[in-house]
Amino acid sequence: MSQQKSNKVSLLHGAGGPAMRQLIESIFLRGVRHPEALAMSDGAALPWGDKWLVITTDAHTVQPLFFPGGDIGRLSVCGVVNDLAMMGATDVLALTSAAMIEEGFDLDQLTRIADSLQEASVEAAAPILSGDTKVLRHGEIDGLVLSTAGLGVADRVIRDSGLRVGDAIVITGTVGDHGLAVLSARHQLGLSSDLRSDVAPLNGLIAAAMAATGDALHAMKDPTRGGVVSALSEMAQKAGVQIRLQAPAIPISAAARAASELLGIDPLVVANEGKALLGVTARALDDLLRALHSHRLGRDATCIGFVESGESGALFLDTGFGTRRLLERDGDPLPRIC
Amino acid sequence: MSSAANTNHPLSFRDVQRGQALQARLRQVVAAVRRPLTVMHVCGSHEQVIARYGMRESFPADLHVQMGPGCPVCVTDAPDIDAVIALADAGVHVLTYGDMLAVPGSAESLSDARTRGAHVDVIYAATQALTIARSHQDPVVFFATGFETTAVATAAILLQDPPPNLFVYSAHKWVPAAMEIVARLPGSPIEGFLAAGHAATITGSAIFESFVDTYRRPVVVAGFEPLDVLSGLICLVECIRDSRCEVVNAYPRCVTRPGNQRALAVLHRVFQMGDGPWRGIAQIPGGELELRAEFAQHDARRRFATLLATAARRTHKPPSDTCRCGAIMTGMAQPTDCVHFGQTCRPESPIGACMVSSEGPCRIWFESGAPHRAKAAESRS
Repeated sequence: MSQQKSNKVSLLHGAGGPAMRQLIESIFLRGVRHPEALAMSDGAALPWGDKWLVITTDAHTVQPLFFPGGDIGRLSVCGVVNDLAMMGATDVLALTSAAMIEEGFDLDQLTRIADSLQEASVEAAAPILSGDTKVLRHGEIDGLVLSTAGLGVADRVIRDSGLRVGDAIVITGTVGDHGLAVLSARHQLGLSSDLRSDVAPLNGLIAAAMAATGDALHAMKDPTRGGVVSALSEMAQKAGVQIRLQAPAIPISAAARAASELLGIDPLVVANEGKALLGVTARALDDLLRALHSHRLGRDATCIGFVESGESGALFLDTGFGTRRLLERDGDPLPRIC
Repeated sequence: MSSAANTNHPLSFRDVQRGQALQARLRQVVAAVRRPLTVMHVCGSHEQVIARYGMRESFPADLHVQMGPGCPVCVTDAPDIDAVIALADAGVHVLTYGDMLAVPGSAESLSDARTRGAHVDVIYAATQALTIARSHQDPVVFFATGFETTAVATAAILLQDPPPNLFVYSAHKWVPAAMEIVARLPGSPIEGFLAAGHAATITGSAIFESFVDTYRRPVVVAGFEPLDVLSGLICLVECIRDSRCEVVNAYPRCVTRPGNQRALAVLHRVFQMGDGPWRGIAQIPGGELELRAEFAQHDARRRFATLLATAARRTHKPPSDTCRCGAIMTGMAQPTDCVHFGQTCRPESPIGACMVSSEGPCRIWFESGAPHRAKAAESRS
């Protein structure tokens, strides 16, 4: 309970929720004037001829470093590529990668991670052109932290603030797989082997979505930390609208559902690393779904709700038994006792 | 994906059409009673499913469904949390279930202790405590919390030849004892109980028979899917309507009358009933599961008795006197009746334990939007 009152950074500040935004606003954005920085989007867009240059950066740390469906190397590439894609920059010019390594780190593991970085880079057509390596003394860092920056080009910049009343909310696939897979691996729960992280570069999928919908695509965001609830709350807040979701429509894999039931953790609040939320006009919904369904990473894409006028930032879930409000939380979800 | 075609599939207990039919049936039986009714469920998981599916707003206006002392985290007493923090601060490796981590004791939580550098790890199963203790030399203390279900798991590891460095700090609770306290409260409006299906898989439904005889209130054992809760409530209201004081097992796919005899044998072999404080409620006779003397060499309360006694003198602080967790857990108040709820008491800065656990009534109400509903109601009136 003293976390809020204390004068120290706590894990709460890194969990992607309101506490993190508050930390950024009160510490890092002090004196910052540039509107692109103040927008607190996934990246920043700068005009470049008749196009836009989009720049973003991301630091990755995950325990364990290897998890079902991926590892920290793949995660670091996909995280940056997806941040660029969410702003419309599906054409990635370059990535940089900096590795901060703890003394004593296993070289074989490092090799596997580097290979994985390269593979993901090829898969995303996002070349890693520059890098940096630092080794810290034992105990000064937990294993490995990768920091990645990316530069991409967009014909049209899409913002996470662009939702309009009446828009359909589309998720590009099943919800909660990454967060639940990592949690299961971290605590060696020995759950179903079908539970795998969804970590994947989305730029190809998003390029197809943008080509199919043009100006009808109003907003995008990838539901990473804090999951679908955090991402949609932020989108609704920035656009001054509310969102109503239909619970039965939300795609959840059987393995993720089983893990979430066992742990008592809602798949809607855990991270995804290969999914996007898109806001599109109702008229263009079918075109969007057709484009997504024809892509390997969008087969389970579906419309899960609609944007309404009402209370800014509010998120509602219709269950068929009634309606509940979904609230953003601070901190990582904790598994329950019984 | 959600498909409810197969009736044996667990998801069929979430079937919306059947659920709406049961909601209509519940409205009918409540209307037939022709007066307001108050019932209590005694499990955080019941409140969770009610909140998760937004069911509370569809309950008939004349049916008040109160939450009981059914959240094991909420009823774990502050001095017990203080004691385990003191152990962690003294350098002992502490293992806890995840939802105990953020619960404030008198002043601090185990999470605070961890931020300070104390060795506190979250485990998901009691058997992990065994594994961890076996792979270390130093003392490992498992902060064992929860009701009958988790108590059996704790008992089981103590019967598996545990290494000498494994100690259990038991704060396990025995639910039926707390139901008696609620039933005995003067002025209690509760006319019937929805008992926890999970705990009853261990204890059996028969355990409530003497309760029903003594307190003349019906008990319906119910499961944790939306249809389970609705059919349980229908059974309970029918019992009240017909003045039938009996035990009804509305969760027969998991619960039997005698219960899990093997699990009960394990539990009673290791634990004995003792008197213990339930946070915010009372000292509950027979409500605490204590390690039997035979297991003294693994009892953290005995092994670290001196350290714990010193720490208790140092950390004792009276709890907030305006926090209403106790009244909420005994059915005398609702979260929205508390001045702190959603204002000074929030999940990230809880005052009472009911706001901490995902099973806590205040937390569940907060996360399902109750503060917003209350605000909306205020602005309408």
